[in-house]
Amino acid sequence: MASVSVRDLDVTFGHLKVLEKLNLEVEEGEFIVLLGPSGCGKSTLLNSVAGLLDITDGEIWIAGDNVTWKEPKDRHIGMVFQSYALYPRMTVEGNLSFGLKVARVPKDEIKRRIDGAASLLQIESLLKRRPSQLSGGQRQRVAIGRALVRDVNVFLFDEPLSNLDAKLRTELRVELKKLHHKLNSTMIYVTHDQIEALTLADRVAVMHGGVIQQLAPPKEIYRRPVNRFVAGFVGSPAMNFIEGTLVGGKGAPALRLPDGSEVVLAGYDFIDVPGEGRPAVLGVRPEQVELASSEANSGIFRIEVSLVDPMGADSLLWGSVGADTVSVRIGPDDDYKVGETVTGHFFPDHASVFDAATGARL
Amino acid sequence: MNNPATLSVAVASADVINERSGASAGPRGPRPKRRFSRRNIIIYGTLIVVALYYLLPLYVMVVTSLKGMPEIRVGNVFAPPIEITFEPWVKAWAEACTGLNCEGLSRGFWNSVRILIPSVILSIIIASINGYALANWRFKGADVFFTILIFGAFIPYQVMLYPIVILLRELGLYGSLTGLVMVHTIFGMPILTLLFRNYFTSLPQELFKAARVDGAGFWGIYLRIMVPMSLPIFVVAIILQVTGIWNDFLFGVVYTKPDLYPMTVQLNNIVNSVQGVKEYNVNMAATILTGAVPLIVYFISGKLFVRGIAAGAVKG
Repeated sequence: MASVSVRDLDVTFGHLKVLEKLNLEVEEGEFIVLLGPSGCGKSTLLNSVAGLLDITDGEIWIAGDNVTWKEPKDRHIGMVFQSYALYPRMTVEGNLSFGLKVARVPKDEIKRRIDGAASLLQIESLLKRRPSQLSGGQRQRVAIGRALVRDVNVFLFDEPLSNLDAKLRTELRVELKKLHHKLNSTMIYVTHDQIEALTLADRVAVMHGGVIQQLAPPKEIYRRPVNRFVAGFVGSPAMNFIEGTLVGGKGAPALRLPDGSEVVLAGYDFIDVPGEGRPAVLGVRPEQVELASSEANSGIFRIEVSLVDPMGADSLLWGSVGADTVSVRIGPDDDYKVGETVTGHFFPDHASVFDAATGARL
Repeated sequence: MNNPATLSVAVASADVINERSGASAGPRGPRPKRRFSRRNIIIYGTLIVVALYYLLPLYVMVVTSLKGMPEIRVGNVFAPPIEITFEPWVKAWAEACTGLNCEGLSRGFWNSVRILIPSVILSIIIASINGYALANWRFKGADVFFTILIFGAFIPYQVMLYPIVILLRELGLYGSLTGLVMVHTIFGMPILTLLFRNYFTSLPQELFKAARVDGAGFWGIYLRIMVPMSLPIFVVAIILQVTGIWNDFLFGVVYTKPDLYPMTVQLNNIVNSVQGVKEYNVNMAATILTGAVPLIVYFISGKLFVRGIAAGAVKG
């Protein structure tokens, strides 16, 4: 168990600045997920923490120790890779014991630790097999076990579940979460899968363009995204964005759509008083919109239905508000006709409003 | 148009069409095999002709080496021996004269072995470590180093021949087997390093990272992770080096002295000797003996060799 602290980290590959002045504090026992699209620098950050690549500037501290220039082996970390990276010529047992043998741990201690990890991960029956004789899920368990036996301070996961099929991914995800509760160790987990991020993390760091956009607990990431990128990246189906201009000042704020109609935003918690006529984007999640509830007088807009997608547990209604396309989550039995105009309602205090130019939350 | 050949071709192609349409209607029973289809005849015909073309010289050599001189003088090189004699083989191995020396090829054989074994082992060990360092440990200047090394592969040997003579002389190694081993090791370096580097690059990088996180160092990763995964490429390297060094003539003749000449040089001296009768049978036997080592290496490891060459292409 240990804290991890990344301070003013710069990483450049040639002329390409991958990370710039990046700061991240991970507390002891915390499960941090680095979430972002490919190329956002999340794996680079993880590799920097592991010591697998040379950083350009900045410092990395693990457990109160400056490890910036230390070899990976001296950082007391365990790492799990997307491709499992099991040593193909060794048995499962050999894979698990490799790090311990290198560290000259006594034989009976190695056996004790392997047995412990194997029973925790339910791979006891596989110990004599070779990686090629294992399924994907089993391989990833062994890879996790390899980090487990070494009694490390910090676990690093580099998209560990991305190579597995959907069912197995869910299973292992749940197991990982249980494992974290049991071990209570610090974990840093890289993924581009938002479900993994939201389910596993104590805090999620959403990354884009080498910058951490928002670092917050999953609920806050989902409910109060700090900018339009985070809002659009997290959530499936994605958040609806409706463009317009802000009118009415603090007293009676509303978003005026290009067609002249206004969406009243009474109750929305503005960070600062919006200027009159400021171009803005309203963000509403599909499940935050209710249809055909016209009693309220704020958060009302008209949707022209263009398509209904049944998805089993619920359906998704696609329509247009002015020039913008929106989706609304509806009951599986609700029936709407294409071309019909319906009224949508949401609670403005659950929605988000972003500056149209900077994308920052208002 | 009534040419029977055209007709049979037409029939054959009609058969092919029938076969295809039959297959699309739903195959039943084992797939029909046609051993003498046109395609097979052309393929195997070509292969047999080419194989014969390459085998014929070998045949002549074997046949001649088993004949006595009177039989050879009759003049038919393709005729099998009437009276098989192993005398030329014994003579080539143990009695043939080069210069003042009449020990046959055996001396050259053992010289070649003494050159071959250290050269192969040394060059492969060094080149595999080079390749591993270049592929996985991106040290500063690695690219420049690699470029220079590869450039070395394109410099003609003749340019370096004499400078190396001077170098070996200054080192006190000129004319010794140690000197020749050194030369072979150095000259094998560019191509072998390239071979190993490309192989190690094709292995998943995450394995290397995992081993580093597990605490293994430069040598630990090399010996425990990389080498066990690299059997095919080691086999390729061994074959390249064994055949290359065994067949070498130029370095052998330049950098050693007569009693240390490798087998190839000695073979040349036996075959090209101008005094006395040309003993074709002895020459043939000597040549086969000299070529036997690379041939045996190919026969034993041919499959592994092909697998190693292909290994870079397939991940797994």
